[in-house]
Amino acid sequence: MDIIKEHKLSIDIPLKLKSGKTLNSYDLVYETYGQLNDNKDNAVLICHALSGNHHVAGHHEGDNKPGWWDNMIGSGKPINTNKLFVVCVNNIGGCHGSTGPASINTETGTNYGFDFPVVTVQDWVNSQKVLMDNLGINKWQFVVGGSLGGMQAFQWALDYPDYIDNAIIIAAAPKLTAQNIAFNEVARQAIMNDPDWCGGNYLKEDKIPKRGLALARMLGHITYLSDKSMAEKFGRDLKQEKIGFNFDVEFQIESYLRYQGEKFVNSFDANTYLLMTKALDYYDPVSDSEFIDKISSTMTKFLLISFTSDWRFPPSRSEEIVKTLISFNKSVSYACVKSDGGHDAFLMKNDNYFDVMRNFIENN
Amino acid sequence: MARKDFKVISEWVKQDSRILDLGCGDGALLKLLSKERNGSGYGVDTSIDKIKKSLDNNINVINADINNKLDYFSDDSFDYVILAQSLQVVNNPVNLIKEMLRIGNEVIISFPNMGYWKSRFYLFLKGRMPVTSELPYSWHATPNIHLCTIKDFKQMCHTNNFTIVDEVISSGKGSTVSPSLSNLLGESAIFKVR
Repeated sequence: MDIIKEHKLSIDIPLKLKSGKTLNSYDLVYETYGQLNDNKDNAVLICHALSGNHHVAGHHEGDNKPGWWDNMIGSGKPINTNKLFVVCVNNIGGCHGSTGPASINTETGTNYGFDFPVVTVQDWVNSQKVLMDNLGINKWQFVVGGSLGGMQAFQWALDYPDYIDNAIIIAAAPKLTAQNIAFNEVARQAIMNDPDWCGGNYLKEDKIPKRGLALARMLGHITYLSDKSMAEKFGRDLKQEKIGFNFDVEFQIESYLRYQGEKFVNSFDANTYLLMTKALDYYDPVSDSEFIDKISSTMTKFLLISFTSDWRFPPSRSEEIVKTLISFNKSVSYACVKSDGGHDAFLMKNDNYFDVMRNFIENN
Repeated sequence: MARKDFKVISEWVKQDSRILDLGCGDGALLKLLSKERNGSGYGVDTSIDKIKKSLDNNINVINADINNKLDYFSDDSFDYVILAQSLQVVNNPVNLIKEMLRIGNEVIISFPNMGYWKSRFYLFLKGRMPVTSELPYSWHATPNIHLCTIKDFKQMCHTNNFTIVDEVISSGKGSTVSPSLSNLLGESAIFKVR
């Protein structure tokens, strides 16, 4: 079992954000796995999704639970750390060590709270490029991500075509639909309507908007699973023998969702959740005025993967990206993997999915 | 081992061509065309197993069903659209060929000839649906729902105004067969259509 330690990089070169605001200084917390080779051309960047973080594989000292994508990344796994040097960074605006709303703003001496600037996928890619330069990596052999992480992988190919060989974009979309944004808005409203949110400055008030954040997570969680997987896991199973004609937790699914909500509140910051959903909503690289120039000039090779039961970003959304790439004669492959796992299928072990990843990675 | 039809297709395809291979299987044809003709493009297959094998052959492959409209691909975007030994499995061969002609300048189609004498004798003497090395399935388990003879294919092209510009018919041993006896002596047929 690999014991992994996180690293911190403190940057004092200002990062200009898409919003027009600037982060004058910031920390990036990251982990690495495997060894960077002498040519510095075996590096892989993993981009995390909405609730993810930099701890993607291996174990922290004294921790039983491995990183969130440990089934995919490690010795002999599809992203094989015997050959590849894997890097994963907690994105800015996050709440797991990199500078975010809960961090102390050195200019004011208090935490940013709701004053933390809105960050975008492009801003994350720019900050990841800063980390890349600091690690002495010349080119990513692969940039890989699922969901919001896949959007970052796509953005790398557009913004830094000379610094990436292959982009693996899993369970993603080229932009959110009205339905996607609607779910995000309900999640935000749940948080912002919690009296303990305190206009976003709950840390100064020594409060946490637990109810709102838990509700946001419960809603999100439903959209990550499929109807079938929920039916198989919970069905209409009751916690007690009989229904009680009251409003206690009666069905197993209710109990499960509440548990997920409560668990999330202890490890995630509400303002980070707001920022992440905004980054999703704003993402739309194809509408960028420079898109045609960017997509035309990139030599990146693409692999897209979707899952049949994903209704958050269904296969048709990945296929929109594939179609765009084909129309520009890009090198692209696409696999639609049969799975009942819903959107979360990208995190689960699945032989076809893993073979697709392995075969693409070993040949590129 | 390269398949017999691959050799002919590779001779037909011009250097540096853009190629779309429908029902690409393990991607061996595109790999060959990339090596011998510096061709590039995409394979298309509906089976995830074939997608995996194609990725192992390091070709670009798209997981899609060629029975559906091929709206991934715009008009006249490829030099060649190839359907190698898959005509007999598609739902609507005429619609597919129309779609192929929309996408490519030239269409190359190879298929097993049901008019081949061995197939005829199988049905004639044994009184059963032919099972041969090219068509190894029994009738109830075959994916081949649209088998045809060379004559049938030509008739279909004529009816639909598809212009046949080249053809190679080979016997079971791989030697080329004279045109007058092709429907009887040809085991497999390759047509170039516009």
